[in-house]
Amino acid sequence: MAMELNQEYQYGFHDPENYAFKSGRGLTKELVVSISKMKKEPAWMTEFRLRSLEIFFSKPMPKWGDTKLLNEIDFENIFYYVKPMEKRGKTWEDVPKEIKNTFDRLGIPEAERKFLAGVSAQYESEVIYHSLREDLEKLGVLFFDMDSGLRDHPEIVKKYFATIIPPEDNKFAALNSAVWSGGSFIYIPPNTQVEIPLQAYFRINTENMGQFERTLIIADEGSSVHYIEGCTAPTYSSDSLHSAVVELIALKNAKIRYTTIQNWSKNVYNLVTKRAVAHEGAVVEWLDGNMGSKLTMKYPSIYLIGERAHGEVVSVALASGSDQHQDAGAKIIHAAKNTTSVIISKSISRNGGRASYRGLIKVHKGATGVKSTIKCDALMLDEHSRSDTYPTMEIDEKGVQIEHEATVSKIEDEKLFYLMSRGISEEQAKLMIVNGFMEVFVKELPMEYAVELNRLIEIEMEGAIG
Amino acid sequence: MTELLKIKNLHVEIDKKEILQGLNLQMNEGEVHAVMGRNGSGKSTFSNTLMGHPAYKVSNGQITFNGKSINSLKPNERAKLGLFLAFQYPLSIPGVTVANFLRQANKAIKGDAVSPRDFRKILYEKMDDLEIDHLFATRYINEGFSGGEKKRMEILQMAMLEPKLAILDEPDSGLDIDSLKLVADSINKFKEKNPQTGILLITHYQRILDYVRPDKVHVFADGNIVESGGPELALKLESKGYDWLTEKEPAIGRTGVTAKGQ
Repeated sequence: MAMELNQEYQYGFHDPENYAFKSGRGLTKELVVSISKMKKEPAWMTEFRLRSLEIFFSKPMPKWGDTKLLNEIDFENIFYYVKPMEKRGKTWEDVPKEIKNTFDRLGIPEAERKFLAGVSAQYESEVIYHSLREDLEKLGVLFFDMDSGLRDHPEIVKKYFATIIPPEDNKFAALNSAVWSGGSFIYIPPNTQVEIPLQAYFRINTENMGQFERTLIIADEGSSVHYIEGCTAPTYSSDSLHSAVVELIALKNAKIRYTTIQNWSKNVYNLVTKRAVAHEGAVVEWLDGNMGSKLTMKYPSIYLIGERAHGEVVSVALASGSDQHQDAGAKIIHAAKNTTSVIISKSISRNGGRASYRGLIKVHKGATGVKSTIKCDALMLDEHSRSDTYPTMEIDEKGVQIEHEATVSKIEDEKLFYLMSRGISEEQAKLMIVNGFMEVFVKELPMEYAVELNRLIEIEMEGAIG
Repeated sequence: MTELLKIKNLHVEIDKKEILQGLNLQMNEGEVHAVMGRNGSGKSTFSNTLMGHPAYKVSNGQITFNGKSINSLKPNERAKLGLFLAFQYPLSIPGVTVANFLRQANKAIKGDAVSPRDFRKILYEKMDDLEIDHLFATRYINEGFSGGEKKRMEILQMAMLEPKLAILDEPDSGLDIDSLKLVADSINKFKEKNPQTGILLITHYQRILDYVRPDKVHVFADGNIVESGGPELALKLESKGYDWLTEKEPAIGRTGVTAKGQ
């Protein structure tokens, strides 16, 4: 194991590379063809990839967001496809020892035993381990890595793939569409409730790695599922790129909750497109926790296209240090009658960190009876840090009910005094206030994740005084 | 009688403005002292200073608690020595539950790790005493609490943390008579269980002193104690008001009793 560069970040270690395949640096048409060939994909997918590659090359870099950091990305220096092993493991024993050790350190096999219904572990470009509880398998629940999904259930994949996020959507969605590998494919049959969470864990190991997982979740009518993803990477002195595309489809009266605990090391660009459609009476919830990365730009979206559909985005971001910018938010499109939505965004910036909220609420003409609540709270722990809010509203219908509330606060001396007068130290009191600030997010997590998140905050906050 | 608190020639400034001007006070273990005075006479400056609020600068004088100078101690260090301040305006801490907060405070002050189950049992008992619904244990501190609920929550904290000196800053303000009796009963009950604890009861009105009997009464005006006496002093204030005291004050350039400071 390599020495950790960063004491605060405990997942900064990396394994030696002993891979089945590692592409050269840079992106070419030949590479895209060979990825598709290695994966033995149908022709339509190869064509899709090549079309996407052209879109990627032709689209300019975004002119909004943190353009300074975005323009520092060196696309020629990235490894676009790394296959760590020949065959995916059915048991952890099938996984090479070093990789298994890494996941042990991340606590994945243990979590699987204790409280998960299914687990997918992605290392570099491929899912190296996968499991689903037998009872769910019998119910017809499909939970595979995306490549297996395409191979074994091409009819479902072809029907929904890239229908929510086409490659034309943005430059990074186009990039993902060209070189995607891994990610999860989930289908929940009608009226099937998956009570305990399915989890995917993403790990980058190589320096200058590009990880482009692709996830597609379809919850059929009246079904429900909770999917959780976590991610970490080693700490290197040069940058890696993580650019995922995640599409969720909640059919009539279905419910999808998608929880992310993003804890990339501070040399990872995290540029992710996440979007959901909610049909009649369906519910989609994005719970999005951003603790790590160098620059995150991510705005989980929900298209409420059926009557009475409900969408919720609850996000927290911690921007800690002048090398970190969390540019996160939410987009909700009300395209049907009586649809409702809630956005709660909480950001904390400290030590020169920068947190931005970027949000969109759109109400289409004809979408009457819409209700939406937006609440953005920023907590700034010192004067060197920065917090920005960029809310947008496009309302094309009358009589909609929209509440918008935004606050920026710091830790008030009076509150510290109050807590300290009860024997609590200044450091502990600050942590208490910060944890309290995040509580609205943390209380929604399964207990094990809540504990883990609180611990992460504690590590980040260490030495927060002075 | 063991001396609990001794304040000698205390001068306190806030924003470079002197509020307390050479205050002296002494109190023994187990005593109840009432501090009375108009708004702006320096009562809250006094209570905040005792607890170590960083905005209040002691420019001169000495605060001795249990024989130890506490001038330079932080609020949490003072709390660990046994000081407690029931706030006049308790603050809300969103996202932090009453139970979690009190458990951490209890651990910080008493150093012991009571099991969560035992802790909850003790907490519920004390909540029952104050007629606080158990549901409040899982609510966020003071968030959405009524005035009376906040005051009772402060007394609950005192009962849980069992200080050696409890400074109660207007625990009666804004309470109706039923809540006032409840708060007073709890103070008395706490006092019965902790006879050694000293209580410094800061109040505006004589009313609460009908229920919590003071050993001594001090009257504040213009940042100092202008009169001290027994319980009868409070009654006299009730009937005569504060003016007779401030009028007899030696005239050293003061004009009337205009409210100032806090």
